[in-house]
Formats: sequence, C-alpha cells, structure tokens
Amino acid sequence: MADRGSEPLAPALAGSAGGTGATAVGGRVRRRYSLLTRWDKIVLALMVGIPLLFDLALIWGPTVVSFLISFTNWNGIGSPFDAKVIGLANYDNLFTAYPFFWPALQHNIIWLCWLMFIATPFGMFMAVLLDRQLRGSTFYQTTFYMPVVLSLAVIGIIWKLQYAPEQGFINNLLGRTSNTNEIDWLGDPSLNLWAVLVATSWRHVGYIMVIYLAGLKAFDPSLREAAKVDGANERQIFFRVVFPAMMPINIVIVVITTIEALRAFDIAYIINRGKNGLELLSTLITNNGISESNRLGFASAIAVVLLMISLGPIIAFLVRMLREDQR
Amino acid sequence: MATGQATAASRAQRRRNRLRRAALYAFLTSMAVVWLFPLVWAVYTALRPFSDTQQRGYISLPGVLTLDNFINAWNQAQIPHAYFNTLIVAVPGVIVTLIVASMVAFAVSKFSWRFNLVVLLVFTAGNLLPQQVLIVPLFKLYVALSGIPEPLSDNGLLYDQYFGIILINIVFQMGFVTFVLSNYMKTLSKELTEAALVDGASVLRIWASVIMPLCRPAIAALATLEFTFIYNDFFWPLMLMSHGNRRPITAYLNNLQGQFFTDINLLTAGALLAAIPTILVFMALQRQFVSGLTLGSSKG
Repeated sequence: MADRGSEPLAPALAGSAGGTGATAVGGRVRRRYSLLTRWDKIVLALMVGIPLLFDLALIWGPTVVSFLISFTNWNGIGSPFDAKVIGLANYDNLFTAYPFFWPALQHNIIWLCWLMFIATPFGMFMAVLLDRQLRGSTFYQTTFYMPVVLSLAVIGIIWKLQYAPEQGFINNLLGRTSNTNEIDWLGDPSLNLWAVLVATSWRHVGYIMVIYLAGLKAFDPSLREAAKVDGANERQIFFRVVFPAMMPINIVIVVITTIEALRAFDIAYIINRGKNGLELLSTLITNNGISESNRLGFASAIAVVLLMISLGPIIAFLVRMLREDQR
Repeated sequence: MATGQATAASRAQRRRNRLRRAALYAFLTSMAVVWLFPLVWAVYTALRPFSDTQQRGYISLPGVLTLDNFINAWNQAQIPHAYFNTLIVAVPGVIVTLIVASMVAFAVSKFSWRFNLVVLLVFTAGNLLPQQVLIVPLFKLYVALSGIPEPLSDNGLLYDQYFGIILINIVFQMGFVTFVLSNYMKTLSKELTEAALVDGASVLRIWASVIMPLCRPAIAALATLEFTFIYNDFFWPLMLMSHGNRRPITAYLNNLQGQFFTDINLLTAGALLAAIPTILVFMALQRQFVSGLTLGSSKG
C-alpha cells in the first residue's frame, strides 16, 4: 500500500467550487488546507487499510493464486511455487479430455437461462401484480418471499420430500411409486437438473419480487397517470413507461441473476454432491481440488474459467456503480 | 338516450374491472398455495412417524401426529451443539462485519481521497466473486498457515476453527455491507462532517457519534440480513472444517443427511429445526429483512 501519510485526506466538503479555502485546479476542487489532524489521517488510513489488507489476503490473493497455479501441476504438497509449470496443459486436458467439463458448463448455462428467462421474469411479473391496492397484499408478499430466508441446503431437503421416488409427494400423487414405474426425479441425470431448477426458483422468484417491488413502489406515479390519460392500457404502461424507466434496477436484477447462476452450489451439493447430471463448474472445483482428489492445478483451471465468466456481470455492475458515482 | 348509453357502457366497464380483479385474486391465491405447499408438506411429514407414513402412504391422513421426529433429531444429532456453533460464528461475524464495513464506508464516502473509488470497487467486486473461484488456494492457506494463537485456534491453524470461519465470513460479507452503507452515507449531508470537524471532533468521534446514529435504520436492516446470510452459509464450514461437530447448523445438514438417510421424515425434521431460527427472525424483523435486500439494489 502506498504511503498514505503524505496524502491529503481532505474532507469532501460540499463539492462547491469557490468555497473558502478551496481552489479549482484544472477543473478539480482541491482544499488547500485540511481540517484533519495527523492523528485523524492515521485513523482513517487504518479504517480502510486493515480491512483492505484482509480483503486482498483472503479474497483477491487466493483468486490470483488460483490463476497462477492453473498453469502448474501442483498437487497440494509443498509450496505451489515449487510445482512444475506445465503451461496450458490443464486447460487442454479440461477442454479436450475431462468428460465433465462441457456438461458442467452446459448445466451452468441452462441454470442461467432458466433463471434469466423463467424465474426472474416471473418474479418481476409477481411484483407488478402486487404493486397495487390489494386486500391481503402483505400475506401474498410474505408468502412469496418467505423461501428467501431459507438456505439452499434446507431447500434441497424440503424438496427431496417432493421428489423422492417412493416417499416423495409428486410420485405418490402420480401413482408412480413402484419399482417398475417410479420416476427418479433427483437420480435420473436427464431430469434432475430441471427438478433442482424448480426448487431453486422457489427461492429466486421471491428474491427478485422483493427487489422489483421496491423499485415499483418508488416509481413516480404521475408518469403512470399521464400514460393512462393518454389512453395506454396496463400492458402498454408497463412495457413503454415503467420498464424503460426502471433500467437501473433491471440491470441490478440481471447481474444478481447471473451471479446466482454462477454461484450455484449448495443445492446441487446437498442433493448428490454435484454429480450424475448435476455437475456444475463450482462442484467440479471442489471435487477436484479439495474433497476427492488433489489435482489443485487442474481444479484451479476450472476456477479460472468460472472467474472469466463471472467477470462479465461483475464488470457490468461496477460500470453502473461508476456511472452513479459521477452523477 | 346518450346518458343511458354512457351508464350502460360504464356499467360494462365496471363489470369487466370486477372480473379482472377476481381473476387476479384467484391467480394470486393459487400461487400462494403452490408457494406454501412445499413447506407445509415438510412440516406435515415431519410430524408423522416413519412407520405411520410407511403404513398409510405419504398422501394420507395421519394415524398419529407427534413431535417425536423433532425430538429425536434434536437428541440424536447434536442439533443443540450445531446451534451453539452457529451462534459462535454468527454473532461476532455480524457485529464485526458491521463495525468494520461501516468504518470503510465512512472513510470512503465522507472524505475525498485518491484511491477512494478503487477501494470501493475492490470490496464490491470481491463480494460478487463466486466463492469457489478462490476456495482451492484459500483451503491451502487455511491448512498451511500456522501459529494462530491459542484462544483463537486450538491447532494453531485457521482450518477447522471457529475463528477461521468467522474470519472468512467477515471478509467476504464486508464487501456487500461496505457497498450498501457507503451509498447510504453519501445521502447524509456533508455539512455534518464538516461542522463536527470544525468543532474539533476527531474522525473516530464523528464516526461513532454523528454518522453511526444516522445510519441506524440501514444498520438494523443489514444486521438482520447479514445474520441470515451467515446463518445460511453452507459453503465455508463445509470446505474449511473437517469436524462435523464444529460445523454450524446449515453446514451440519450435510452430516445430518448422512446420518438420517434411511428416514426422510426425521431428516426433514432436522432440516426444519435448522430453518426455524431464520423463519422466526424473518417473522419478527420482516421489514428490516426486506429493506436490507432492497437497500443493496435500489441504491447505487
């Protein structure tokens, strides 16, 4: 970290140029003197510096190390810096030989598409429906976002009771519980991803609904009124007036949805450790790097792929943050 | 004549509105039933002994309804101990996260400083990373770094220790809280800080007596939300603790599943026991919970 002692930690007192003690230098306002004592500056530096150090050590450091060891054959024994550098061999192995990589990537993409095009729009739809004077509105809202407080591990177990072949509600309802005709919702690799996506949506829909509803409630009602006077119907008002005006929240929702899809792990792990149809990039990383084998370099190559995909939504979010900041 | 037509038209209009309203209620109510069903079904099944469901089938009226599954899960599976583990992790986790993150937010939002935005970006982006991206080196760090002193660690490592789990939760959650609070603090008048500085207050004093009291609603919302986040965290203890009996309740579900795999009713009772505290918090602090979620998205 740079020496912050000499940095003037000038308080950002009212950005008004021409205020006493402030001079505009090249369009930027700089205070010529600071109200902060040396002690204040040290305190501020520590307030930011210590957490930043921990953030770098435990979040960004390991991320960078993941990237570096993905080019080695490190098996976890000894220092990663002594491991042999093998170039892109891990990636080559991953893309061409490892049988689970492409299915896992495909599952992540299906996960993303399902959330983005089914669960998220449905949550927004529920928000639009609930954004009006309704009797029992609180009851409906509470019901839909109640699953949001549950962990995905709990959700996985609760839904096992729906999906279990002999004991599950669905098969009992369909009368398909005997050995010959039972549907193995969570065991059949062509079905289990979809079954898990339904369970995940139970939570995701409520999450999106809360966020969107808050946005709708803050929406300027006069705009809506004006559109109504002009003869627009409800659908037109939503798609032509409300939706475009809610762009900032729409972006947040897209970012949240994407990140949720990339982070998906808990529910797949609790159901079958992310195997047999439920492979995800996240479960491949832990299975190769921690739980079952010691292929740390290889696991890191998968982590790098996941990182690269994650950078898309992260950058989108940061860009939006910067724009807001400039306003 | 003309007025007659107008009233007929408006009557038709009103009838159409009433129909649409009825359809809306019907739709919402049926969705609410669908939404409640999985949880209600889980509670219902957990109240029935395994023998009862085996004998009568799962879709049936109960022969008996008892709390036996809950009691057995409680006694056989060290659930009280798992709650205790959660408490040890979540309480310091939430408190330290809020204090540390509010300091960072305060420093970057109230004072202009060259790297201010960079710091905020580093924290926010760090919170958005999938945890699995960094788990392999983090795991190795937890296993390799030794010399952690006694009260924090009984094996000298971060691995398999409450302290290690608390630490990673704080560091990971810090990003989100910093992001939300810095946005919140930006909306507070800057003259407050200025006036306090002119009066000779130190920055620490301003943080504690001027800014933090004003952030109380946001802090309350974030405390509720962070408690649920840390409570519901499954991943860190699963990867960074080897002893099942140190795992907080959510991660402990993984052990529970192995132990109770023969009796799904019992397993469900265990999962519901794990869910009850978050549901209670949600019932009691619903407004804080919701405003915590929306603070993070509608601003900034």
